[in-house]
Amino acid sequence: MSTPVPRVVLRSNQSWLQVDWRGIVQYSDLLVELVMRDFTAKYKQTLLGPMWSILSPLLTTLVFTLLFGRIIRVSPDGMPPLLFYLCSLLGWTYFANVLAATGTSLTGNARIFSKVYFPRLVPPLAVTISNLVGFSIQFLFFCCAYAYYKFFTDFGPHLTVGPWILLFPVLIIHMAMIGLGVGLIISALTAKYRDLVHVTSLVVQLWMYATPVIYPLSRIPEKWRWVSELNPMTAVVEALRQGFLNSGHVTPASYGVSLATSIAVLLVGILLYQRMARTFVDTV
Amino acid sequence: MTAPIISVRGVSKRYNLGKIGMTTFREEIQETWNRWRGLPSTRKTARDFWALRDISFDVQPGEVIGMIGGNGAGKSTLLKIMSRITEPTTGEIELGGRIGSLLEVGTGFHPELSGRDNVFLNGSMLGMKKSEIRSKFDSIVEFAEVGKFIDTPVKRYSSGMYVRLAFAVAAFLEPEILIVDEVLAVGDAQFQRKCINRMQEISQDQGRTILFVSHSMPSISRLCQRCAVLESGKLLGVFPIDEAVELYSRRVKPTAYDVNVRENKREAASDGSVCRITRIRVLGDQGLRLNDPLELEFEIEAPEAVDKVMLGFGFDTVEGQRILTLDSDADGRNFSLAAGLNRVRLSLPALPLHPGRYYCSTALGLGRVYYDIVDSFALWEVLPRRDDWETGRRFGGCRLMPEISVA
Repeated sequence: MSTPVPRVVLRSNQSWLQVDWRGIVQYSDLLVELVMRDFTAKYKQTLLGPMWSILSPLLTTLVFTLLFGRIIRVSPDGMPPLLFYLCSLLGWTYFANVLAATGTSLTGNARIFSKVYFPRLVPPLAVTISNLVGFSIQFLFFCCAYAYYKFFTDFGPHLTVGPWILLFPVLIIHMAMIGLGVGLIISALTAKYRDLVHVTSLVVQLWMYATPVIYPLSRIPEKWRWVSELNPMTAVVEALRQGFLNSGHVTPASYGVSLATSIAVLLVGILLYQRMARTFVDTV
Repeated sequence: MTAPIISVRGVSKRYNLGKIGMTTFREEIQETWNRWRGLPSTRKTARDFWALRDISFDVQPGEVIGMIGGNGAGKSTLLKIMSRITEPTTGEIELGGRIGSLLEVGTGFHPELSGRDNVFLNGSMLGMKKSEIRSKFDSIVEFAEVGKFIDTPVKRYSSGMYVRLAFAVAAFLEPEILIVDEVLAVGDAQFQRKCINRMQEISQDQGRTILFVSHSMPSISRLCQRCAVLESGKLLGVFPIDEAVELYSRRVKPTAYDVNVRENKREAASDGSVCRITRIRVLGDQGLRLNDPLELEFEIEAPEAVDKVMLGFGFDTVEGQRILTLDSDADGRNFSLAAGLNRVRLSLPALPLHPGRYYCSTALGLGRVYYDIVDSFALWEVLPRRDDWETGRRFGGCRLMPEISVA
């Protein structure tokens, strides 16, 4: 044999902290293939494929604009409501999609996991990446709307970007981290307790109302804001609005707390998931 | 002697029968509540089941080793542990190379994707690099004989093409250790032969180690030098192939003529949720005999009434060849099931099987859809008739008594 191969020892009760990082690198081609599969299955086969990525946030935006902008009249910090909600949803939709998609990583792949070994973290990583396609389409659409307001309405001169726009790439990774982290925790829990599946969508829905998505953080009384800032998504959505619309309340301190929380959530997610994945097939 | 490439040391695996299947959070709360108030547990008492007990053996590089054992002997559990799908409860396995395992062909095939995309997807799932797949792609397509259909979504493939393509990907895997589980049972005889040849090529020309599990004695004998024999979770030993086959046929006892199959493993696609066979028995106390009437009674449970269904029953030889199929819809007739428990009888005026042992499988379905498949649920013995004393002749598996008229 030409190259010496590392000897592998398989035994039980390996430490909680053991994550097969080298395996993930070895299987990077599988990661690419899974991303391609998601993409092809979702977009190539259906005519409306890419349309859904625009339609779903657009319809939600319209509902929000009508409901909260016209009827309940939540003032979106003096912004055009349509743009305000499009921007908020840009920060929320990708996170929520990643959470929903990775939340079924174990139960949804049970059949494959019981037949072949590859690092169990590869499928959730793949859906996290493939959801970026929907995010990009949504972002393009947001840019069009932005350009329209900037150049074709009276509102144009008031529309400026803020310094946080420089953090946009970081914010995308940040959203992915929280979504993936919570998704992995959920998938470990639902592997053990099936009925928690029903709770997931409810949690996501309530979480959205707890995050300043349909209202700006400035609407929350100052002395209670710290409660909202415990939620790591708050800083992300606010930073995004600060960046694109120059109206949002985020400080380096509040963002730092959010980032630290998110990293912790992701680590807990990875460890719980790995732990559960190791003998998951015995309980299917 | 070189260091063994596979070294299995004291491996055991315990399953907790009471807890098989996932629990629900509600049950867990209920359980905690009951424990608190000192109420008895609502849960079925957990029963430990050792699927494997203290298995140890070594495999040398380049060796082709077989593994045989009856149903529930622990073959699949051992394979799952060796392929890293699950962990042993105690003991350890040391592997001296990359492992490629083939517990099923076409794992992860996506129906919407083309054959080409699926080759890449499945190949990378089995651990191949993209460049590796690309360089073998033409050979894979040629081996699979799918030709111009390679860019068609696999949902339009015939089942034969699907299996051929799936096996072809696996056939070009080149890990140091290859684990193969009964996948050869699929596909037609000609393709099976081709697969065996390919495996011989891999082991002889490339010096790779193969662990091969099969019901099919001829394929095992043809491929392997040594063979491990498992019996209810214990390893009887690793023997030269002839000894192993002989020991196996001596040790494995035929199943009783009344089998409860409620808990038997099912594939996900036909999990028995529409209707499910729970018990199969041979009527009468004579067992199965050549030329005696065959009468089987099935207990079938259906959550709701089923309008149309057919019942199939098959006998396979111990070598893995289907020798007799009894499908109730052979002339297009179906029957219906009431909600709840049904008792269905299947009979034949005279059983044409030569005395011997046969693996029995049964299924419920309609047309090409299967509601329930219970594979190899029993090894039934067909007894000779008392008046059938002539055994010295050569018989096949099937023996019918022809009418004779002297003109």
